[in-house]
Amino acid sequence: MSDFTENFIPEPERYEFRAAPIHQFELARRDFFKLLGAGIVVFAVAKQSRAMQETTPSRAFHNEELPKEISSWLHVGEDGTVTGFTGKAEIGQNIRTSLAQTVADELRVPIETVRMVMADTALTPFDAGTFGSRTTPTMTPQFRRVASAARDLLIEVAAKEWNVAPEGLVAANAKVTDPASGRSLRYAELARGKTLAQNLPVEDPVTPAPEWTIAGKPVPKVDAREFVTGKHQYTPDFRPAGLLHGKVLRPPSFGATLDSYDDSAAKALPGVIVVREGDFVGAAAPTVHEAQAALDAIHAQWKEVPQISNKELFAFLKKNGESKPDDRSRKQKGSVEEALKNAAHRLDATYTVAFIAHAPLEPRAAVAQWSDGKLTVWTGTQRPFAVRDELAAVFHVPETSVRVIVPDTGSAYGGKHTGDAALEAARLARAAGRPVKLVWTREEEFTWAYFRPAGVIEIKSAIAVDGTLTAWEFHNYNSGTSGIETPYVVPNQQTEFHSVPQILRSGSYRGLAATANHFARETHMDVLARTARMDALEFRLKNLSDPRMRAVLEAAAKSFGWPHKKSREGQGFGIAAGYEKGSYVATCVEVAVDRSSGAVRVVRVVEAFECGAIVNPDGLRNQVVGAIIQGLGGALFEAIEFENGRIKNPHFASYRVPRFRDVPQIESVLLDRKDIPSAGAGETPIMALAPAIGSAIFDATGVRLNALPMVPNGLQRT
Amino acid sequence: MAKPIEFEVNGKRYSVQYPPDTPLLSVLRDELGLTGSKYGCGEGQCGACTVLISGVPKRSCMIPVSTVAGKPITTIEGLEKDGRLHPVQQAFLDAGAFQCAYCTSGMIMSSVGLLQGNPKPTDPEIIQFMQGNICRCGTHPRVIEAIRHAARITQEPRS
Ligand code: FES
Ligand code: FES
Repeated sequence: MSDFTENFIPEPERYEFRAAPIHQFELARRDFFKLLGAGIVVFAVAKQSRAMQETTPSRAFHNEELPKEISSWLHVGEDGTVTGFTGKAEIGQNIRTSLAQTVADELRVPIETVRMVMADTALTPFDAGTFGSRTTPTMTPQFRRVASAARDLLIEVAAKEWNVAPEGLVAANAKVTDPASGRSLRYAELARGKTLAQNLPVEDPVTPAPEWTIAGKPVPKVDAREFVTGKHQYTPDFRPAGLLHGKVLRPPSFGATLDSYDDSAAKALPGVIVVREGDFVGAAAPTVHEAQAALDAIHAQWKEVPQISNKELFAFLKKNGESKPDDRSRKQKGSVEEALKNAAHRLDATYTVAFIAHAPLEPRAAVAQWSDGKLTVWTGTQRPFAVRDELAAVFHVPETSVRVIVPDTGSAYGGKHTGDAALEAARLARAAGRPVKLVWTREEEFTWAYFRPAGVIEIKSAIAVDGTLTAWEFHNYNSGTSGIETPYVVPNQQTEFHSVPQILRSGSYRGLAATANHFARETHMDVLARTARMDALEFRLKNLSDPRMRAVLEAAAKSFGWPHKKSREGQGFGIAAGYEKGSYVATCVEVAVDRSSGAVRVVRVVEAFECGAIVNPDGLRNQVVGAIIQGLGGALFEAIEFENGRIKNPHFASYRVPRFRDVPQIESVLLDRKDIPSAGAGETPIMALAPAIGSAIFDATGVRLNALPMVPNGLQRT
Repeated sequence: MAKPIEFEVNGKRYSVQYPPDTPLLSVLRDELGLTGSKYGCGEGQCGACTVLISGVPKRSCMIPVSTVAGKPITTIEGLEKDGRLHPVQQAFLDAGAFQCAYCTSGMIMSSVGLLQGNPKPTDPEIIQFMQGNICRCGTHPRVIEAIRHAARITQEPRS
């Protein structure tokens, strides 16, 4: 790719996610083995401190201190159980399984003996958060190296036992075998009575992808039975003894402050705790019903502030965008001005994207419990350590007194970076002196969480007579920088991101701004192809040099049968592609439009996806298909409506999400590049869908749609 | 205090004292500890809370507890028999029909209800019946596959 990306601020920093400093891990070695039992442990150390580690002569360390700044570790216990520890959270993206696969594969043990302890600030190493499709590219290779080192250590133990050289010994099937003598020892036997700990060696060769036996295979979700029986406990399912239920009094609009307040009637209710701290007002009671009754009995008046509505949104963004972005938000190459002036064909257009909600089916929730000044919180968050730090800061207790545990969570899609429910539950629990559970209602979830930012995108472009791109000027107002750079070869380019003061609370969302930027760019490319009188695929290939992007385009086109001949009235086809976060996607779409009713139906989607070496094709397929279906919502009909600080459609009845009837026939074509390190797959598969649908609608009707969502009320007759 | 309401859940009799308009879902989860039924919206819009009442799938968040007096209720916890999964559970497991799986209990209960009334549903019938169940992770194609599969294994004579 071009050097463009480095210029732009990485997206997560733009909103609320400044990475916290790496924290030291306080657990001493003695405690560690007390916790896990005897055995063998290998640690992976975060990059920053690697240089120091590398100068340490001895590979094993013998003092009581654990190495600082560890980022993952692995324990082989006396019963042969292998436990991997990571601060990453399972939020439906299936990493509990893919990481276990990796460990089992590299350590040469059956996957059934591998257990992953995840996202528990008391047990797992610090982690900045589960976002940005980072788990597979960072955590997978790390666990592979940790497992490989553990295997070497087990071989060394066996060699010592038998008094032979370690080189000839073989580790397989949870055993070390000496082929010369035929004797073998199980890992469990080798770990017995040991308290051996070791740092990850600087270089440790790991098994290359073509030789994987457990990784790279469609291993089923490791604890699937827990889910189909309803036994798995999500945060809202925890019921510690003495539990109270909490509710929070929400202001009538964003930014409203308490003007007058009287809670005497509420406090008079039996068994109820009422808490007011500043503008926070909440109640806890033995049932949700009673907590709500307490809130209803409070007399509160709020001072509201006037705010804009979604009708004025795009004009506001355009008007208030930073006109002179700093160097980190702009990139220039050649002379766009010159090229536009000399253009054979010039094309300018404006695109918009609405605010949308993540609407994870498990709403934000937390269970908080204080005992002896220490706080434990179960909550579904993508950033347990950040939430821990936030809790510690708010309640003025040391970080060591706060434990945040993330049960495998009912999804997040980038929407659970913050610890709102955790803070609320902890406040109420502290006042009540009992554990408190707080589960946001769907309406609260739609209102008080944060949104994918809306944006305006302007493109000016030019092509030569033969369809070669000559100029590309791209301005994104507010929505973000992910996927902002064009992957096409253009000699004259200017790309700018213009930040805008926040209108609605905004944050991360699956794919971040890449969906918006791809929608604008790829829609524009479709129009340019038509201007050049070229096929949409041919036009892209002509302006593309990146072989991986070409490969996904060609693979999608082949499976789809591009170009496709229309055989029915209202039928249309579209294609789009993109690159982001180390993975490539190309999407072909067929739509059916009923001109009389305006109904638009996506009939068929073929998506080619390449993210390097595939770790679990079954899980990957699930992610790709899931991204396509979720993407249908933002493409076709999802939009948050707001007015004067209020959300006007905070229910599934008024905020339409994709349902069974909306789901097209989907084919995912996975390109397995065993020669390329694995990249994440949670986000990129969502990016190219909307522009492909838009182009297909144009193909069917001649109507060009430049706004996401495209058809919230069907295709309007013009 | 309200007078006790009696009903049967997964073959066990319960008597609870709750305000009569309390949603059945709250009673199941908070009082009986049957947390397999999920809260997704509380508005009858998502299906995560689906249970069978007298064999018919219902959104338990919309059912006042007083109206189920004397009726048999089945929740996701009641499907497994003697350590053996219900065919629909098995079919979901085989098809890997979940990602975060928060919707799964409701999906399974709706599917059980569908197959009880219509043992061999066509795809359009499946889609029509499941329209009220939201999966935000987009696992719909596998859910459909699981229901087809469940229909097949239910029809095979059990050994
Ligand atoms: S929780 Fe009952 S339908 Fe959503
Ligand atoms: S699997 Fe996550 S909501 Fe269905």
